[in-house]
Amino acid sequence: MAGAKDTEVLTALHVLEYPYKRSVGPVIGRFLTGLRDRKIEGIRASDGRVLVPPVEYDPQTAQELSEFVDVGPGGVVTTWTWLHEARSNNPLQKPFAWALIKLDGADTALLHAVDAESEAAMKTGMRVKPRWRAERAGHILDIECFEPEA
Amino acid sequence: MRDVAVVSFAQSKSVRADPVQNEVEILMPVIQEAVANSGIPAKEIGFTCSGSADYLAGQPFAFVYGLEAIGAWPPVRESHVEADGAWALYEAWVLLQEGEIDAALIYGFGKSSPGSLRDVLTRQLDPYYLAPLWPDAISLAALQARALLESTENTERDMAEVAARSRRDGKANPNAQLTGDFDPDALLKEPYIASPLRKHDCAPISDGAAAVVLATGDRARAVSKRPAWIRGIDHRVEPHYPGVRDLTRSPSTRIAAEKAGALDGTFDVAELYAPFTHQELILRDALGLAKPNGTKINPSGGALAANPMMAAGLIRIGEAATRITNGEANRAIAHATSGPCLQQNLVAVLEGE
Amino acid sequence: MNSDPVELIQTPIRLEYNYTPGVSRSRYLQGLIGGRILGERCERCHKVYVGGGSGACARDGIPMSDIVELPHVGTVTSFCVVNVPFAGATVEIPYTMAAILLDGADIPINGLIQEISADQVRMGLRVEAVWVPEAERTYTDTIRHWRPTGEDDAPIDEVLKRMRAGA
Repeated sequence: MAGAKDTEVLTALHVLEYPYKRSVGPVIGRFLTGLRDRKIEGIRASDGRVLVPPVEYDPQTAQELSEFVDVGPGGVVTTWTWLHEARSNNPLQKPFAWALIKLDGADTALLHAVDAESEAAMKTGMRVKPRWRAERAGHILDIECFEPEA
Repeated sequence: MRDVAVVSFAQSKSVRADPVQNEVEILMPVIQEAVANSGIPAKEIGFTCSGSADYLAGQPFAFVYGLEAIGAWPPVRESHVEADGAWALYEAWVLLQEGEIDAALIYGFGKSSPGSLRDVLTRQLDPYYLAPLWPDAISLAALQARALLESTENTERDMAEVAARSRRDGKANPNAQLTGDFDPDALLKEPYIASPLRKHDCAPISDGAAAVVLATGDRARAVSKRPAWIRGIDHRVEPHYPGVRDLTRSPSTRIAAEKAGALDGTFDVAELYAPFTHQELILRDALGLAKPNGTKINPSGGALAANPMMAAGLIRIGEAATRITNGEANRAIAHATSGPCLQQNLVAVLEGE
Repeated sequence: MNSDPVELIQTPIRLEYNYTPGVSRSRYLQGLIGGRILGERCERCHKVYVGGGSGACARDGIPMSDIVELPHVGTVTSFCVVNVPFAGATVEIPYTMAAILLDGADIPINGLIQEISADQVRMGLRVEAVWVPEAERTYTDTIRHWRPTGEDDAPIDEVLKRMRAGA
């Protein structure tokens, strides 16, 4: 490349920022409305399984789904990881666990953060319950995180 | 079906961060090398298809800018996928089946160094339930790794051995980034990043690019002494939300392999795009390669030795094809993946004549 | 508490990057800091591109071969009059943004036209760069604006024909 060697190469901070608002639709909307009321709902799939979080269409048959089912609020950790350093946007800003949580009455698992004292306090099969935010807006973060059941 | 072969492949050396060159500057020599080595004049290449992702470098429509590297004048027939270049190759392969053109250029490029890759990748997640939590790519893979370890015979040592083998084989690959001799026992003494994943379980972050030229039938025979024929190619995708999937298996890989004819007979080489060590174990299981059977796994070092996003899958096809063209192998599997926890998978079967 | 069903959610995204303009664009920006406008010539099509490109000739897909220093004078080949204030804008509306073909270049660069009322700007108008004083220049503030040179207008049809030659 012409003159490449005599040119000092520049770098600059580049911030990408999108303040998006999203329409949630009837199914996700009902789930989020439920969270605002401290209630967790799944949806029944064509084969009878209860999917949490709910989806609009059956993952296997693409049939439109509409039968909501109350689940949780407690559940069982099916797999987890311990994050020693939280990423800057994570729900908890300290060492914490991510877990897939099968809520009572559900057949699929919800991803969320678990606030445990240490990695040693985490175990597949352990029971956890949601910790609700005091100010709720109808958002997945209305659940601040899950925590071990006493 | 028309016979389609890889007749040329080129890639940049993967580096942790290229602070000097922009994407076009990285890509241009790679495309020039691939086209020159194909023996097909650029103007006779009837289709160009690329794979890239704008979020990697944070530049919207970066792929349009990437076109400067091919010289799109007079206007060329072109397409782009917001995915690995392996999917761009699939699109080109489909177009070649139509019979209108007999050569295509495919490239993939990714400069991951400007941002924080594991966080940037959260932007591919569903925006309602997952993305607001910002679960980084390593954490999601770690959920899969633990599920695998706790439900199968696989161990953290098996994972460390995958890392050690990949980095060792990468020593023979001049384009690899993370190579050398490592003792699995020593690797297992390293701390977890997101348990049960340690640093060696995760692919390095790379800047790089790759390009492939495909040609059909006699055109391929005329320009290549030994074309790497694509005998089958297929890709499949699973539901997105990780909690609805059995993360310990890869049914999409299995079906793609079945459709591509990759479950019949034996293979000399398998180039698998596993950006995490445990994912190689899952993929090998899906492809019937769990036990040693004479198939050499990732002789290039694979993604654990170099992982330029949006090019690393295309590189698997190129590496497999190179081994056929140079006579080292007669039959090879190439695999590419996309999305969290092996959500989407592509399998191709390549053969010499 | 609100009892309306949730229909919208906020999903703000913020990501920080360390942007690298690359060799060619870095050279262009450094040229401007030093009060020079540097173009690049393609050895195949012989066209001179300016404005901080990718380092490639977009027509031929090959690296640009020569650096060409261009004069600070050119011809308006197209323009638009901006009547809507943008957030953070410091220029008084209405103002004119123009495509300016520097003498010796084959592609126009964009520039703000000042020192002439917006309704007087026209294709063919000859303009020159007004620079930010050297000590005050930053990479995002080098050419303050462009102003008429006072010369007769360039023959615009010929200028456009030359610019589009081979296109």
